Amino acid sequence: MKFTRITAGVAVVAASALVLTGCAGGSAASSSAPVGNPAAIITTNGSEPQNPLIPTNTNETGGGKIIDNLFAGLIYYDATGKPVNDVAESITAEDAAHYTIKIKPGLKFTNGEEVTSKNFVDAWNYGAALDNAQLNSYFFEDIEGFSYDKNVAKLPGLVIVDDQTFTVTLSHDASDFPLRLGYSAFYPLPSVAFDDLKAFGQNPIGNGPYKLASDTAWQHDVQIDLVKNDDYTGGRQAKNGGVTIKFYQDENAAYSDLLANNVDVIDNIPATSLSSFESDLGDRAVNQPAAIFQSFTIPARLAHFGNDEEGKLRRQALSLSINREQITDVIFNGTRTPASDFTSPVIDGWSDSLAGADVLGYDADKAKDLWAQADAISPWSGTFKIAYNSDGGHKEWVDAVINSIKNTLGIDAEGDAFATFADIRTKITDRTIDEAFRTGWQADYPGLYNFLGPLYATNAGSNDGDYSSAEFDAALKSGISTTDTAAATADFQKAQEILLTDLPAIPLWYSNVTGGFSENVQNVQFGWNSVPLYYEITKQ
Amino acid sequence: MIRYILRRLLQVIPVLLGTTFLIYYMVFAMPGDPLLTLFGDKTPNPALLEQLRAQYHLDQPFIVQYLLYLGGALRGDFGTSYSGQAVSEILARTFPVTLRLAVIAVVLELVLAVVIGLVSGLRKGKFFDNINLIISLVLLSVPIFVLAFLAQYFIGIKLGWARPTVSGSAPWSELLLPGIVLALSLYATSMRLTRASVITTMNQDFVRTAYSKGLPRRRVIPVHVLRNSLIPTITNVGTDFGVLMVGATVTEGIFNVPGVGNAVFQAIRHSQGPTVVSFVTVMVLIYVFVNLGVDLLYALLDPRIRYE
Repeated sequence: MKFTRITAGVAVVAASALVLTGCAGGSAASSSAPVGNPAAIITTNGSEPQNPLIPTNTNETGGGKIIDNLFAGLIYYDATGKPVNDVAESITAEDAAHYTIKIKPGLKFTNGEEVTSKNFVDAWNYGAALDNAQLNSYFFEDIEGFSYDKNVAKLPGLVIVDDQTFTVTLSHDASDFPLRLGYSAFYPLPSVAFDDLKAFGQNPIGNGPYKLASDTAWQHDVQIDLVKNDDYTGGRQAKNGGVTIKFYQDENAAYSDLLANNVDVIDNIPATSLSSFESDLGDRAVNQPAAIFQSFTIPARLAHFGNDEEGKLRRQALSLSINREQITDVIFNGTRTPASDFTSPVIDGWSDSLAGADVLGYDADKAKDLWAQADAISPWSGTFKIAYNSDGGHKEWVDAVINSIKNTLGIDAEGDAFATFADIRTKITDRTIDEAFRTGWQADYPGLYNFLGPLYATNAGSNDGDYSSAEFDAALKSGISTTDTAAATADFQKAQEILLTDLPAIPLWYSNVTGGFSENVQNVQFGWNSVPLYYEITKQ
Repeated sequence: MIRYILRRLLQVIPVLLGTTFLIYYMVFAMPGDPLLTLFGDKTPNPALLEQLRAQYHLDQPFIVQYLLYLGGALRGDFGTSYSGQAVSEILARTFPVTLRLAVIAVVLELVLAVVIGLVSGLRKGKFFDNINLIISLVLLSVPIFVLAFLAQYFIGIKLGWARPTVSGSAPWSELLLPGIVLALSLYATSMRLTRASVITTMNQDFVRTAYSKGLPRRRVIPVHVLRNSLIPTITNVGTDFGVLMVGATVTEGIFNVPGVGNAVFQAIRHSQGPTVVSFVTVMVLIYVFVNLGVDLLYALLDPRIRYE
């Protein structure tokens, strides 16, 4: 599961301050774009999908990069994360909770079936129903009628008007709902899928820029062969003949293949080669920020860290005592970017100049001062610990952060290793962990709300630190209720400014995507979600 | 002889039950909830988690899960992985690849160890012997991943004589490089055993007798000396074969060989109990049969050994 790997941290690291300016853009796509051989097959790295290839049940990048190329949703995201209509003709919002979606006529699945509104509604209903236990079911949470208590076979919030039109009613305002529609959970399914979803998951039929090369295209644990779908007419038409995704067990093997020009594009440089890949590959190296935010969370239930004045002072002191520049440089070879907010630089609305963002800088004197003020309220005793999973390559940076805290504040601090990712996640989820712990977030769709709502809203699903602030909730609600994007962004930034004082999680850095491509391909661009835009790649 | 073989085979049953139980228990006892890892750093809704738990029988007590698995296995159904593949398919796909790799490695190891070990033993203390001992000492002390990375970098990437990684179908020709790496790392021990054994045998009475009967050296060495010196080598190579068949995880990872080692590693990472146990069951069977084969070979090599 590459998804786990990223979050569990084994890997996807990447970019540097250098590339920040051109972050969203591509690498080679500049001046004279050479025309490739339209029949050439691009090879790339991947990992065996963790689940059958069903859009509503695929939530990790191994399966995700296949699904995204096999299916076309209502919208897709371009390299900068901007939504572009794909199957949708138009998505109209009456208000932040009522949407009318029109789809383009005449589009077909690769088995010839026409794509109609029913294909979307059926797929979403399937994904939302509790009995089906789909991993992406939470994407349908906001649709009217959704329930975690009982099985709902047909969501009343989804109404088919005609073959080309359907309406969506949400149970509460979610003005970024249209932006979410590019995520794989919202892809349509052909009616044949529901006859036998198990078989479909092994051999999916989609409507996207690529299709499976044959019935046996998915060779488990080895590779999957995709070829161009000539019937696809959207904005992602392939400039090559197909993509073969090879499943690597070890990222070093993929890197070796790249050096031997045996694979065309890889989107993950192994930790052992981070210091050398930019010199190995020259201008074929990719190192740019990604939509991955890393932090550590101090639960509000810990003594001295409650949602009060003392807790705030201590959190700010800790944040100020971490030298993020130095750690990203030394430990990560510049493949992480120090955080300046709670989102990511690839997201529209990201800012490095929020009020209070100076708490993310390194200021030893101020840190000591704030810590002393907190001590005046209630004297500190004990050891400050940060828990991490030792199967994810976190030890180095946790040690560095701990040292930074120790040296600045002069308190006892240590890293606390948990053997496995499952172990630490279980203790975090059932709230038995009684120390700070590492946290990370990889965005599902390129929107500010996705980095804030699920993590810090009162009682939100992934609010692992049990943060609660009426002020923050109000700002968030105001942002998600307005369909005016600029106003929403302003609200979300205001919400973040509250977070910067309360620091429910201490932001550390954004992971970069590190990758590279061989001498045989051109026009390699990485999308906002760290996956190359395969359809743009040309090969001689 | 037949009774001996039957007795050995019957012993497999309790061994299998014991190992599957233990392994299943160990996977079960791994800390943490494997389902949570499916969601990465995101926390799933508890209701959804309950549904999934029921779907994979993870809500049942350990003994029920184990018996469910065992019942299925007896009917030939080893369960399915999270990605929906039958475990029996994974077994059928990965074992032939690993078998090919193991055969290459073991054949190379045996040939090198016997030939060089014999020559070295016969020339004990001479130049060839000394050089050979130094080289084998180096090979013994270099970890396999160093050897593998060096081979991959120089032969695969710099010289381009072989593919740095093995492609999906894992043909014999592509497995040669990882096979050689494995053989080199195993060779030193077997060679030293052969050499020591040859030296001991050369001093045996029957060798002196053979010479004094007037037999020529070209007959004494292969028939009397070599054959009687092979028992420790065969034992060692046999064990190596068993070890390789259960997956050379490190080497397979470096060369991206789609074999047993990788499959088990992935299954353990994701706490997929049924997959891990099924692999271990087959591994135990292979181990038992390889050991039985080695024991039977003894009788062929040394007429003094008889099984009743």
